[in-house]
Amino acid sequence: MPNYTTFDIAGPIMVGPSSSHTAGAVKIGQMARALFDQTPTKVTFYLHGSFATVYKGHATDKALLAGVMKFRTADTHIKDAFKIAKEKKIEYEFKTTDLGIGYHPNTVKIILESDGHKKMSVIGSSIGGGNVIIVKINEFDVELKGVAGKYMSLIISHAKRKGIIAEITAALSAMGCDIVDIQSFRTGEQSLTFLNLEGYRPTLEDVLRIEEIDGVEFVRSLTKLGQQSLQ
Amino acid sequence: MYTFHSTKELLELTHKHKKSMSDITILQEMQQSGKSKAEVIARMERRLKVMKTAVEKGLKNGGKSVSGLSGGDAKCLYNYKAHKMMLSETAIISIAYAIATGEHNACMGQIVAFPTAGASGVLPGVLFAAQKTQGYSDKAVNKALFAAAGIGIIIGENATLSGAEGGCQAEIGSAVAMAAGALTELRGGTPEQCANAAALGLKNLLGLTCDPLGGLVEVPCIKRGGILSTLALAASDMAIAGIKSFVPFDEVVEAMSHIGKMISPRLRETALGGLAITKTGEKIKKKLGFNANGISNLF
Repeated sequence: MPNYTTFDIAGPIMVGPSSSHTAGAVKIGQMARALFDQTPTKVTFYLHGSFATVYKGHATDKALLAGVMKFRTADTHIKDAFKIAKEKKIEYEFKTTDLGIGYHPNTVKIILESDGHKKMSVIGSSIGGGNVIIVKINEFDVELKGVAGKYMSLIISHAKRKGIIAEITAALSAMGCDIVDIQSFRTGEQSLTFLNLEGYRPTLEDVLRIEEIDGVEFVRSLTKLGQQSLQ
Repeated sequence: MYTFHSTKELLELTHKHKKSMSDITILQEMQQSGKSKAEVIARMERRLKVMKTAVEKGLKNGGKSVSGLSGGDAKCLYNYKAHKMMLSETAIISIAYAIATGEHNACMGQIVAFPTAGASGVLPGVLFAAQKTQGYSDKAVNKALFAAAGIGIIIGENATLSGAEGGCQAEIGSAVAMAAGALTELRGGTPEQCANAAALGLKNLLGLTCDPLGGLVEVPCIKRGGILSTLALAASDMAIAGIKSFVPFDEVVEAMSHIGKMISPRLRETALGGLAITKTGEKIKKKLGFNANGISNLF
């Protein structure tokens, strides 16, 4: 039996029309953008299953692109995503595809590119009610879970050093963050750790402090941190 | 401890502590999140504000949605309400407000998925209509939203709130149960009357399928949210009058879960059955470029 809290039922606050095809799509876009360590100059979206069949009516395309531009799921400018991308000089393209069996019906493969930077491929699925899951980063199988509009998420790439995750979580706890869950995956020589947080939101300075921990390659944060660092 | 997973447990807590359904739900949330009562209430107030703005904008807009399938009906009904109607003023306003929220959602406006985006019109319809005609304060309505959340928690934990898993009975059916219970508490009903109102609401929507045109959250979802919001008003009136649901709410939820598993996947948000495959439904699919290859052969 799943456990629900009041604000699982009363929320998220989101921009419609669909929690899976719009809010969830924004979250997948945000996660892909966070994994790619700079603003992409070109993004290609391969829409699979139900994402391919009904994406236009649910504005899944605008939602995905808005997410890649770090918009929040409740941002009323999601509907202007195409215009804003053009202003930011981000090239985008949507293609329908069949990724094959084994993928959830609401799945997208996102290819992010930037001049002089390696391409990155991210596959994510929106599994209902704003809950999403990243299942593949480049050639590595992962299982990064996120919830649209609920948690602040951090992605940390680090060496496979003993005790490193304990150091990271201790640093976050000391800042006042409640760690809701931790997921860790190997991606070749490095490990990737994904944290969903509540409570205190780390500032850009806090994130830079975590990056100083021995063995940490980079820390990426989703959504709100991007807006903070702009201010 | 204020933990509940069923109406039975929730009602026991209300008796033990001499508190309402919303009080116990607030206490459970405080216990789970470690936040103060003021913080928990303020968090719900932010949702109340978004819900109110959605109704206002939806009523004012009257334009068509991204797909062109919906828009303008909330304004149409609201402007006509001065004429002689069959239903009460509260009921007509409830329909108009619920449709306004659904239309705002379809136009990519900001809403609260309470419990889901597709069923987001019912609670604001019922509660804000009652507020308008009966004069309840924002504070009281905000508190009633916790009773709605408490009922939603029980449904989510014991059945489902997703149309893709349980059909529309799980979305609008759940929303009607939540609204009926919340309205009953707002009107001064006992926790038992709230549970009876919720049971009467959900019981009469068992088996409702999710077969929207082109898979979009518009037809029949938006007008359905409007019309069925009146069922919550009826269920609340009956419960307040002293009528009990013969089958208790927990068992109705169990039945909903059971029925949801038996509903064909074609009738669970895939646009492969029911209204979605009528002549009109097929025409809309063609217009939207809907391509069911790869999905239809799964069932």
